[in-house]
Amino acid sequence: MGDAVLDQLRAATADHAHAAADSDAVDGVPARWVAAPADTDQTAAVMKVAATNDLAVVPRGAGTKLTWGNPPSRLDVLLDTGRLDRIVEHAAGDMIVIAEAGCRLDTLQASLRDASQRLALDPSGHGGIGGTIASAATGPSRLSYGAVRDLLIGLTMVRADGVVANSGGKVVKNVAGYDLAKLLTGSYGTLGIITRAVFRLHPLPAASSVVTIPASSPAEVHDLVQKLIHSQLTPAGVELDLPTPDDGTLGVLLEGTPNGVEGRTARTLELLGARATSSATPPPWWGREPFDNGDVALKITHEIGQLPSLLSAIDAASRATHQAVQVRGSVAVGTLLAGVHTDADLDIDAVARLVDALRHDAASYGGSVVVLDAPPAVKARLDVWGPVRGLEMMRSIKHQFDPQRRLAPGRFVGGI
Amino acid sequence: MSIRGLADELRSLLGEERVITDRQQLRTYECDGLAQYKVIPALVVLAESTEQIATVVRACAEAGVPFVARGSGTGLSGGALPHADGVLIVTSRMRRILEVDVASQRAVVEPGVINLHLTEAASPEGYYYAPDPSSQQVCSIGGNLAENSGGAHCLKYGFTVNHVTGAEWVTPTGEVVEIGGKAPDSPGYDLLGVLVGSEGTLGIATKVTVRVVRAPEAVKTLLAAFRHIEEAGAAVSSVIGAGVVPAAIEMMDALAIEAAEAAVQCNYPAGAAAVLIVELDGPSAEVDDQFDQVQRICEENNSFEIRVADDDTERAMFWKGRKSAFAAVGRISPDYIVQDGVVPRTMLPEVLHRISELSEDSGVRVANVFHAGDGNLHPLVLFNDAVEGQSDLAEEISGAILDLCIEYGGSITGEHGVGSDKAKFMPRMFTDDDLDTMQMVRCAFDPDTISNPGKIFPTPRLCGERPGRRQGAHPLAEAGLAEIF
Repeated sequence: MGDAVLDQLRAATADHAHAAADSDAVDGVPARWVAAPADTDQTAAVMKVAATNDLAVVPRGAGTKLTWGNPPSRLDVLLDTGRLDRIVEHAAGDMIVIAEAGCRLDTLQASLRDASQRLALDPSGHGGIGGTIASAATGPSRLSYGAVRDLLIGLTMVRADGVVANSGGKVVKNVAGYDLAKLLTGSYGTLGIITRAVFRLHPLPAASSVVTIPASSPAEVHDLVQKLIHSQLTPAGVELDLPTPDDGTLGVLLEGTPNGVEGRTARTLELLGARATSSATPPPWWGREPFDNGDVALKITHEIGQLPSLLSAIDAASRATHQAVQVRGSVAVGTLLAGVHTDADLDIDAVARLVDALRHDAASYGGSVVVLDAPPAVKARLDVWGPVRGLEMMRSIKHQFDPQRRLAPGRFVGGI
Repeated sequence: MSIRGLADELRSLLGEERVITDRQQLRTYECDGLAQYKVIPALVVLAESTEQIATVVRACAEAGVPFVARGSGTGLSGGALPHADGVLIVTSRMRRILEVDVASQRAVVEPGVINLHLTEAASPEGYYYAPDPSSQQVCSIGGNLAENSGGAHCLKYGFTVNHVTGAEWVTPTGEVVEIGGKAPDSPGYDLLGVLVGSEGTLGIATKVTVRVVRAPEAVKTLLAAFRHIEEAGAAVSSVIGAGVVPAAIEMMDALAIEAAEAAVQCNYPAGAAAVLIVELDGPSAEVDDQFDQVQRICEENNSFEIRVADDDTERAMFWKGRKSAFAAVGRISPDYIVQDGVVPRTMLPEVLHRISELSEDSGVRVANVFHAGDGNLHPLVLFNDAVEGQSDLAEEISGAILDLCIEYGGSITGEHGVGSDKAKFMPRMFTDDDLDTMQMVRCAFDPDTISNPGKIFPTPRLCGERPGRRQGAHPLAEAGLAEIF
């Protein structure tokens, strides 16, 4: 059967399919074939081959978040979006861009810069459009420009049965039909293969500056964050970096006209107090994940006003389990990333207890704890997604879109 | 079960006074803001709590009777048009603002809360609720959620969907589900992303958590008058092209101005073929810098008069003409259709020209009011129903305008929704496969199609095999690893 399937995949992709290598494994699960379609039609053809042969498919773009979530329970075809890398249309006057899923975010930004525009998304790393959408990646600019879902105005996807579907369009304001683009955002490849996306753009700011201040204790950080959000200084980003419990820094990004940024920088310095300093560029940690490949990576969300409860919970859990936790994130949005460095002495039970403790306290900060990534032994030991509200509705949606569970099976919440 | 049986059951469950079956009283609810469609519902329930709504929906689900949710009934696409054999669930009594939590920049409200009341409740703390449809003095947050309402200021601040972070939801089977909350990004699919704007077809929101936004330091508004509409259009493009993101840019053409003058005496500059209202907000220094820039751009594009609002009263006068424009055309025409379409902003001049050609060729007058910054047109198609054939002709022109929007890569609705009115246009914008895929979501939530049937989609999808609902606990839930709320 193997050769026959490969022939079909080659036919679907104009010969861009081959047997998978070890390096094509997804989170330790080996793939059998790699197919690299060049456009939406070829992607549809690949999905039809998968449907005919009941093959499980995981899409791969830049591969920077391929190990996030659970490992797939089954994997046959790795659908490589690397050839779907075109910027289809940049309508500068309309401030929208249409790009294919495999296009890298930094390539796209470089191209938009010529028109003094940007896609106001700044997640860490060198990911592609498809993965940024599928993982709902978040970065500092979210505070003023919104999340992926807020800037995504149209989407083309290929369903598990190979049918191509569009939603939204290329205008920012549009309420015709259900917004499938938002449903696909953060769906980890379990509802369809994203092939093309339309984004709203913003002008590049004429000037920017960053104000930083040392802040470590939960009460101190909270006080500063509250001062900032209730001020009228409209920061473009407010980020906390807490590599150790007593070496924290709060950073504030200001963007706007040169005159305006100069004035607001002075006012921010005044608001935050004598220890605050300003600089033209962000500190090196700005917008970067506080973990490396192979570390335990957590995403923790919180109510903005309950930040001290979260920071205290992290500190307490860290002490109780003797796990050093690096924390960084968008404290005025309510999304933190946390990393537990792993080495040869990885204490799986301690990591599991850490996650349990944070989830146990979740009511106090109103958020959730997701294990984005971790060594396989850790993932096997705990529930990476944690409690999920509305899980039955999600199962129903999955059942409609992919009843045979061929798309990234097992990777998402509740075994979806 | 017959409707009469259902009415009796609901009376006993909810109390006599909450169930309306009297024909005269039912007539009050026969239409929403789009009055050309009228259907008298079989019965109306005036709900006062989540439990009551869940009770009604469960009873409907068991009896196979359709239900339609209605807030203030101000919608402009017939989204809350009742079903003749169904229950209309009115949420307007659920008007409590449950919490304004400025420390977390959120508010929690019941669905019947009036949009503007939330801003009023948050304003002592220096906060407001950003989405501001023109009907904000009467429309409800629940209705805004259903329609994903916009408003003049959504150019900068986004639509309802960008401001809702949580909801308590009654599914079409009558289950109560909590989705999201005050914190962002709850794990799993972005259900809110698809529920907001689903026009009542996926269930009913019974509590809504929204962002409240810090009021800007400065607001500046100008009104610029132009002799030619193309000049106003060019000014809009230049403003956006200069990297300015105004809070709002609104345009009205001569006919819309004439109507507004007749209705509210807004005293716009005489002889204008078009006026622009441009509002900037944010930190004072930025607003000052960019305001000068916008004034210069208007002058460069031959604006013959620019007025700057010195205070809130003058600002309100500028906006009065614009916000009253829909109703105002009643002064210059016995009947009119309010259209809502979108084109890419750079296509505005060309599309306006095509609309004027349509108008000249047919003899049907069209007044234009629009959110120019995001290309959202509200052409007002004027006619006299008493003259035979005019109504049909107006409908035809109104439809032709939507075809233009599609031709130029836009949308058949920017903020009013598809509802009953535009379902027939959906296949012109989307393929059968697109619509089929959207309806897979419908099947997931409402396989029996009892939640606001007949809206959005021209033809319902057969849902086929049902998902395994309530067929024993999922292994993860059983193992205590995942919870089902």
